[in-house]
Amino acid sequence: MLKLDAKIPDGPMAEKWTKHKFNVKLVNPANRRKYNIIVVGTGLAGASAAATLAEQGYNVDCFTYSDSPRRAHSIAAQGGINAAKNYPNDGDSIHRLFYDTVKGGDYRSREANVHRLAECSNLIIDHCVAQGIPFAREYGGYLDNRSFGGAQVSRTFYARGQTGQQLLIGAYGALQKEIKKGGVKMYTRCEVIDVVVIDGQARGIISRNLVTGELTRHVADAVVLATGGYGNVFFLSTNAMNCNATAAWRAYKKGAAFANPCYTQIHPTCIPVHGEYQSKLTLMSESLRNDGRIWVPKKKGDKRPPNEIPEEERDYYLERKYPSFGNLVPRDLASRNAKQVCDAGHGVGPTGQAVYLDFADAIERLGKDNIEAKYGNLFEMYNRITDEDPYTTPMMIFPAVHYTMGGLWVDYNLMTTLPGLYALGECNFSDHGANRLGASALMQGLADGYFVIPNTINDYLATSEIPKVGTDHAAFDESEKAAKEKLDKLLAINGKRTVDDFHKELGLLMWEKCGMARNEKGLKEALEKIPKIREEFWKDLNVPGSADDLNQALEKANRVADFMEFAELMVKDALERAESCGGHFREESQTEEGEAQRNDDEFCYVAAWEFQGLDKEPVLHKEELNFEVVKLSQRSYK
Amino acid sequence: MSEKINLTLKVWRQNRGEEGRFETYEAKGIDTAASFLEMLDVVNDELTLKGVEPIAFEHDCREGICGCCGSLVNGKTHGSHDRTTLCQLHMRHFKDGQELVIEPFRANAFPVLKDLIVDRSGLDEIITEGGYVAVKTGNAPEASTTPIKKELAEAAMDAAECIGCGACVAACPNGSAMLFTAAKVSQYALLPQGHPERTKRVKNMVSKMDELGFGNCSNEYECAVACPKGIDVVNIARLNREFIKANLGKS
Repeated sequence: MLKLDAKIPDGPMAEKWTKHKFNVKLVNPANRRKYNIIVVGTGLAGASAAATLAEQGYNVDCFTYSDSPRRAHSIAAQGGINAAKNYPNDGDSIHRLFYDTVKGGDYRSREANVHRLAECSNLIIDHCVAQGIPFAREYGGYLDNRSFGGAQVSRTFYARGQTGQQLLIGAYGALQKEIKKGGVKMYTRCEVIDVVVIDGQARGIISRNLVTGELTRHVADAVVLATGGYGNVFFLSTNAMNCNATAAWRAYKKGAAFANPCYTQIHPTCIPVHGEYQSKLTLMSESLRNDGRIWVPKKKGDKRPPNEIPEEERDYYLERKYPSFGNLVPRDLASRNAKQVCDAGHGVGPTGQAVYLDFADAIERLGKDNIEAKYGNLFEMYNRITDEDPYTTPMMIFPAVHYTMGGLWVDYNLMTTLPGLYALGECNFSDHGANRLGASALMQGLADGYFVIPNTINDYLATSEIPKVGTDHAAFDESEKAAKEKLDKLLAINGKRTVDDFHKELGLLMWEKCGMARNEKGLKEALEKIPKIREEFWKDLNVPGSADDLNQALEKANRVADFMEFAELMVKDALERAESCGGHFREESQTEEGEAQRNDDEFCYVAAWEFQGLDKEPVLHKEELNFEVVKLSQRSYK
Repeated sequence: MSEKINLTLKVWRQNRGEEGRFETYEAKGIDTAASFLEMLDVVNDELTLKGVEPIAFEHDCREGICGCCGSLVNGKTHGSHDRTTLCQLHMRHFKDGQELVIEPFRANAFPVLKDLIVDRSGLDEIITEGGYVAVKTGNAPEASTTPIKKELAEAAMDAAECIGCGACVAACPNGSAMLFTAAKVSQYALLPQGHPERTKRVKNMVSKMDELGFGNCSNEYECAVACPKGIDVVNIARLNREFIKANLGKS
């Protein structure tokens, strides 16, 4: 039976991390080259971890399914990265960043982890500037900051609308530097499809070469997963097409607890779905809500073009319901309200699943040139995709799945419940609670990779008995055999439906029953339907080609097979958490005004699920959340 | 409003270690609001159900930033020379009944792996030779101690926007990676952080580029026309200046 021990260091909040760094055991520099560490994933967390661990002298094997480490989806982050530098002199501090993050997460994150994140934030900026990342600067040559949701200070550093790209290229550069020195061996086009466990310790992985189909075994003293989130369980999301939960899910099946899988973030400003062929959704930066006004027609099913709907027949519902925050309410509120007006029949566009984001007033007030200077690249992107001109016609937007706060449960050292297995970045659950603030994902990925794991993994390596094993160990045989059988089984079904067809069916069900709003009845329906879709998947799937070749349909099928299982756990978690918090809105738990109602007496915990076998109920373990510093309160944005 | 169009596709099919060939497929009832890659998804689903292996093509973010996608469509990299990646090219730019010839990027240094997928790992190898600032985690001074002129930071960002898709190589008659390499060399030549290593960087990156079979630059400027991010050829001039200075023994 698994026991959760968060290993939060003693002492005052602001001293925990410093004390902990002193208390952990170190590995002598001369001995580090004797240790092998596997890092899976080359996004911000993976690339920064692999590079930094190699700098310290460890032998690192790093894996990505892409053709290059630089492709990871961190690259698509637009807005920026938060840090508590207080350069604008507007009252920011490590304590304030910590406080805003805990509150923004609706009091469902672990205080000690969040404080450490805020402490690392400033070091990240220093390091990234030293790497030559071209952050935006003011005319005096100093770094510029902008504002983001959930904060009353300007603490977001940015590089045009491509902050994620620039930070990732920085981490990728660090990785290349270590590849050149021989500290990192890079495996591109290699997908990790199992974690190998020997005597209760994570000791390696099974990887599939995506060009030749060959399965290979890799042994290590510790395994670090930095494989991102599970947003693609919904099929349509802002995630990249290849993002998947396979490595994390297979780690769960090998004994790592999965925490808070029901916490997903739905981003309010995305380009709406336009057809059946739609493969993904595109995000439009949250900054647009600074000047755009959101509205729908007052009349249900009003099909008139927006410019023909007079002012008095428009409902600026956010401004009406939340006069003090207006269009700048947090992401979860903006998303839920859009859904509510569309469900009530006020949605616009061909599908009725969209609301207007209108810049007419801002253009009149500030002039077209000003708006172009601020949002030109976003308007251009919108125009490219929709063929409409947002300078003259209001944009149409709708919420979309964007980020997942849940993930593998980790302790303060970022180790999962499986000894020797670590989870970093979006792959773990720890820092964002039930809702992530804008510009905090980049911060967490880099904090975990550059500054946390290099200071915590040594404790495990120095204090654990890690016997020497080879890839000829029986556990590798078993893992490889199981992985091969699964692939062969997928190819042998020879049914009549494509992978995407099944993925869309699952995704739509999850969106309807476990999306922006959830209720007991819907969740129970989903729990009945998911096993049926899964059964059908294994009966009627069609995957052409062979396992010994570059076979994209097989790659996809192997990932979707895991989503088919994962979805069930997500729904179970959503059903079990009969409260609303952050991105998790249970319709039964709302205030009289229809706002999310937390239930701190019953649900102030992390839900960590332990796998018991495919046909058995997983066991729920609860990590109670204790708030020493931040006071719990009901969020209000009226 | 979108409409439905029919297209004839002549697609390059090639297995690893075999000769390639064109196959003809019909793409029927394609919504003009779909992206080019979504059109390929539709065709692939139909091929799958007919028992034909789907067309392999590289793609991931479908937002024009990861640099995975890219093919030649009627001879043009990314199907257009309008600063767009293939994933952001929409079907409204094509006409009903049109024939599209779709091939992988063609370059000596980009061998075909399968169908439209090529091996671009040479670009990573060029970066490995010095396309970064060799600062270790923990070395960095406080960020505000390095003020940088706004104009320089902007020019560095212009170069840093490269997504590494390889369209510049595919568009170059010599298959040169000059624009790709120059963008990285430029970024660090413009910023003070890059200066300690500038001599070594440019020499090593250029020599790796030659070693890997990328061609030489003969100022055709096709690369800049093809670049979906609008990376300017001024970067190549900057690389040349860096290279000459490095070989004169100055830094």
